[in-house]
Parts: sequence; structure tokens; C-alpha cells
Amino acid sequence: MGIPTAHVATVTPISKSVGAVRIVGAVAIPYPVGQPNETKEKEEILRENIIEKALSALTS
Amino acid sequence: MKVLHYLNPFFSQLGGEEKTNMAPMRIEGAVGPGRLFNSLLKEGQIVATVVCGDNYYAENMDKAREEVLTLIRKESPDIFIAGPAFNAGRYGIACGDLSHAVMRELGIPAVTGLYMENPAVDLYRRELYIVSTGRSAAGMRKDAVKMAAVTDKLLRGEEVGLPEEEGLIPMGKRVNIFCKEKAAARAVSMLIAKLKGEEIKSETPIPVYDIITPAPPVKDLSSATIALLTTGGIVPEGNPDHLPAATAKFYKKYSIEKLSRLESGQFESVHAGYDPVYANINPNRVAPLDILRIKEQKGEIKKLYPYLVTTTGNSTSVADATRMGKEIAKELLAAGVDAAIMTST
Repeated sequence: MGIPTAHVATVTPISKSVGAVRIVGAVAIPYPVGQPNETKEKEEILRENIIEKALSALTS
Repeated sequence: MKVLHYLNPFFSQLGGEEKTNMAPMRIEGAVGPGRLFNSLLKEGQIVATVVCGDNYYAENMDKAREEVLTLIRKESPDIFIAGPAFNAGRYGIACGDLSHAVMRELGIPAVTGLYMENPAVDLYRRELYIVSTGRSAAGMRKDAVKMAAVTDKLLRGEEVGLPEEEGLIPMGKRVNIFCKEKAAARAVSMLIAKLKGEEIKSETPIPVYDIITPAPPVKDLSSATIALLTTGGIVPEGNPDHLPAATAKFYKKYSIEKLSRLESGQFESVHAGYDPVYANINPNRVAPLDILRIKEQKGEIKKLYPYLVTTTGNSTSVADATRMGKEIAKELLAAGVDAAIMTST
């Protein structure tokens, strides 16, 4: 048996095609967990949001 | 007859990775591999080329698809050729998605070319004529000959032959053909050949599906050890272990035990498949150690595994990726890790 893994990726069809099940949509290819076009505050909220989604995917 | 060609900026000689966010644009006539196609095609010629950055397409597929389709509609082509994209994942997805969209929306045939292991193959093979190409552009001429032959057949309205005759990736369709011998006789001949240890070829190959059983979920995050993994090529500044920028065959573990975040200047990206500027300014945008550390301090997770596990997921073969995944899982399980978060670029 493997290990539950949340895959944070932008091009989610690729994750699906190789059989990943816990997939979390990321922001963009060069910054999956970032948003340089936003203010630092907004970027941090967005980043935490993605990680929370990933953590919650691990429990389901 | 009018052929419309789709390329990425690299193959249309507009630029490399720095053009990866380029919005779709139209170029008159044929460029790059399009010139080769024009020299090979007998029934038509490329009248225009549409170019779009791979990241632009992959990150906003619905928007990019509409924009490219708008440019294509203006040319009213008779057929669409995309790529070939060889083993390039994002470019392959764009070629597959657009070919599919053009067939559906414009009602014209489409031809593309992909390497068997390109992730786009599994997504689009059922609907598309995909010529099975080499891994890289080294075999461009040979692959273009096959793509041009299929294109000519479609333009003549001829029936396209069986996958092995045309060099296509099988769609998995069954076609009726007439055989001299009855099925029973063929089956017995096949059985005899098999008993003799001779090579046999099934008439209806059974598709191989790699079904992955999901690992059971974590019951309680606050008592779980979580590992941070990335395929984004994040390494200590200077890349001491020479992690490759593409086609990596190994992964590395770097201690993050004493770190609260990955500092710019101490970590960098060596991945050659995306613009590393944003990751180099703040490596946590690819490997979010900072946020996971906060989650650990707040007690939302028990512990963060003391190493960052990293590789470069750029044109990595599925076989290598599967092997590395198994090795990583084994190491993590041995270290008592309960779950992992993996980021990909």
C-alpha cells in the first residue's frame, strides 16, 4: 500500500491521466502555490487556501 | 486544399521558454516543420500557422482554445495539423485539445503527432489520428512523412489504414475486415503457434490499464507526519547534486529541519520547463515550506518530514517517474510519514 498524496498541479488533466486521485488545482505552472501579480497579503491568503485544500484532500 | 498548422513558439522559431505565456497569433504561410509538411503534402498546402505559448494554453485552456479557434475559423481550412509535439507534455495537451476542438467545432479532420508516453496520448487517443513519433525532434523528418501521408489520405477522402500500417497510435476501435480463414480456424492456428512457442498477434488486443488503488486517507492530521515533495526542480543554490533541468532519472532529499521557509538565494529552481523567475524570488511558491511550517506550529499537522524531496518533472519518462515514486514512497513509509503533498509545475 502506498501513501496518501495530494497533488498540487496546474495542468490537472495530466495528474488524472496518470492515476492521481487527490488533485488540487494550482495557480500557474511557474508558481503553483504563489501569485506574484497580487499584493503580498492576498498572495499569502491564496497560498494558505491551496495548502488547506491539499491537507483536506489527504483526509478524504 | 487549405491546411492550417498549429505550433508552439519554439517550433515556429519565435523563441523559447520566455515565450511560453504568449497569446495566440497567426503567421502567414508555413514556418519551421510546416515548411517540411508543405514539401511533403501532395493534396494541400499550409496557408497559415497559428502559434500559442504552451503555458498560456495549459493554464487557461477554455480561453486559449476559443482564441485559437477564432483565428482558425477565419482561414476556413480543409484540414488541421498540430505539432508534432513529441514528448512535450504541455505542447502535447495543446495539440490534442485543439485537434479535438477543431474536429468538433469546424467539422474538419485533424492530425497530430505525439510520442507514445506523452501524457496527451491517453487523453486524446480515442478520438484523434495521432501519429506515433519519436521522443524528440531528432526524428522530425520520418515523423513528418507519416503525418503528411495520413493528411493526404484524409484530404482525398480515402480511408485511413490500420494503425500499424499508418504509424498511428491505436484508437482502440474495432474494424471489420474479411479474412480467408474462418475465426475458428484462425483461433486454432493461433493456439498451435502459441504451443510451439512462436510469436502470435492477437486480433483484439486487450487494453492495459494501470489502475492505481488510492491509499487510505489520513484519519487525523494533527497526529500525522506530512512530507513535502515537488517536481518543480527546487534545489539548494548552485545545484550541488547536478539535478538535471529535464529528463531527470533521480530525486534528491534536502534537509529542511531547521528552516521555516525556503529563502531566495539559498534555494533555486533548475527546471528548464518553466520560467524560474518567480520561484527564484520566492522558492516557497513552488515548495510551500513556509505555510506547512505554520500549520505544524499551530498543531494542525503533527510534524513536517525533515526533508524536502525534489526532482525535475520535465519530459521525465513515465517509467522513470513511476520508479522514483515507488522509491520515494518506500523511504517515506520507512520514516513513518503518514501523507505527502506534492507540487508540480
